[in-house]
Amino acid sequence: MVQVDLISSLYVFILAAFIGFEVIRRVSPLLHTPLMSLTNALDAIAVVGAIILAGERKSNLALILGTIAIVAATSNIVGGFIITDRMLKMFKSSRTQKP
Amino acid sequence: MIPATHLIEATYIIAVILFILSLKWLSSPATARRGVWAGEAGMLLAIIGTLLYQGIVDYKWIAIALVLGAIIGVPLGNVQMTAVPQRTALSHAFGALCVTLVGTAEFYLRTPNVPAFVMSVLSLEVILGGLTFTGSLMAAGKLQEVLPQRPITYKGQNFVNLAVLAIAIVIAVMLVRDPSQTQLYPVMVGIALIFGVMLIIPIGGADMPTVISLLNSYAGLSAAAMGFVLNSKLLIVAGSLDGASGFILSVNMSKAMNRSFTNVLFGAFGQVQPAAAGAVEQRNVRSATPEEAAAILSAANKVAIVPGYGMAVAQAQHKVRELYDALSKRGVDVKFGIHPVAGRMPGHMNVLLAEADIPYDKLLDMDDMNGDLPQTDVALVIGANDVTNPAARTDPSSPIYGMPILDVDKARTVMVIKRSMSPGFAGIDNPLYYLDNTLMLFGDAKQFVNSIVRELTGAGGGHG
Repeated sequence: MVQVDLISSLYVFILAAFIGFEVIRRVSPLLHTPLMSLTNALDAIAVVGAIILAGERKSNLALILGTIAIVAATSNIVGGFIITDRMLKMFKSSRTQKP
Repeated sequence: MIPATHLIEATYIIAVILFILSLKWLSSPATARRGVWAGEAGMLLAIIGTLLYQGIVDYKWIAIALVLGAIIGVPLGNVQMTAVPQRTALSHAFGALCVTLVGTAEFYLRTPNVPAFVMSVLSLEVILGGLTFTGSLMAAGKLQEVLPQRPITYKGQNFVNLAVLAIAIVIAVMLVRDPSQTQLYPVMVGIALIFGVMLIIPIGGADMPTVISLLNSYAGLSAAAMGFVLNSKLLIVAGSLDGASGFILSVNMSKAMNRSFTNVLFGAFGQVQPAAAGAVEQRNVRSATPEEAAAILSAANKVAIVPGYGMAVAQAQHKVRELYDALSKRGVDVKFGIHPVAGRMPGHMNVLLAEADIPYDKLLDMDDMNGDLPQTDVALVIGANDVTNPAARTDPSSPIYGMPILDVDKARTVMVIKRSMSPGFAGIDNPLYYLDNTLMLFGDAKQFVNSIVRELTGAGGGHG
């Protein structure tokens, strides 16, 4: 059972890495800073692991570490999306100026 | 009724799709904001799905933590654009902290029954997470200038660093073989934390774009490892997307500095070369006043502005916009040449110039700009140094020899705004300043650009 999970996880990892390379290679160097803040916000999906850890409350240590982990990840989610959107809002083309 | 587990899995699958679309839409400025919305929707969905999980017995702390995280996140999302590099480093630290804490809790919950494979990825998760946490905090401290920015190097540093990392790996192997040795676990995490600090000590400001990218990649990989430990495909996908992004950026940055990964990590670029520092022979430098600079600029047809970190430090981007406006109004074609490693993180200059309302189609990358520079009348360098240093092309003894640069010396006239003749961060002398077609404009970037703008608008009139 564990073995099966492991193999399918490896497949997922490899496919996701390839998709990541192909998709991100196409991101214009113009947007490399927003790219980094956006992927950072998406990476904070680790919050789901922390939520389960804190929620299951299997031990006090798990509750404490899980709670801190939720705080850290949530600040990345909120801060990351806000700043990415703020940056992207600023990028304007001279050809498509507002009518 | 659909079982909750299926519903949760469904939200995760939709979240994965939205995350990939999010990055896909980021490929062009026209669709990029849609990418943020997709990311937000996916994130929200995944969190709601997780909260439905029936194993959760206590929501109180989750709610407190989510609110607290949001309270911390809002100011972190609203920092000044010039503070984006340190904010980014800080967010890598937070991401790595989350991963390390979850990994640690999982270890103590599962020990001694941890299968070898799980223990291996868990070790990878917390070692990468730990070193990324302290390393990113160090990087943020250096960028915020609360820590000394000069690289600190000593003899045998690479050996010491590698030895420390090797110890952490040996302990990880011991834990894989016998996960009941819980006393070893804090040692492993402790060493990873120390290693993160040691890794960043020899890194100087000019290397920050590469290092931030590398830390980004580590943060992603550690999250992917966490996905293996928790058997969460969603985490594996998000982690590998982040890891891939950081990796691509690191490779770009290394290429733009003509250096290998290992060289960035173990090279300690910032040492002042004794030869370069000694060669302070009296060479001829021509300088010009704002009036002269304005006259030359207004007589030009094509102007290329090359900004660097100095523009960010002087907060000169809004004055540069005024200069762009004043020159454009006179029919001068103004473009900006952005070197990949200009500034302190990938894309740093683009964000600052976009903030100042300069249209992004005027921002050219290095290759496009270099194609234009030989037909350019004036290249105006603002706070950039090494990325314009022709020694990278001509002088094999230069530490930056071989690094791709913006060939501003090929423009008819080069003007360099600089505080003094002191060498840049890397301590390398720049022969550009002594060329016959170079004019040095000594002063603070913001004030000098302001003086030029006043000359241009005052003489020509009709501004605004």
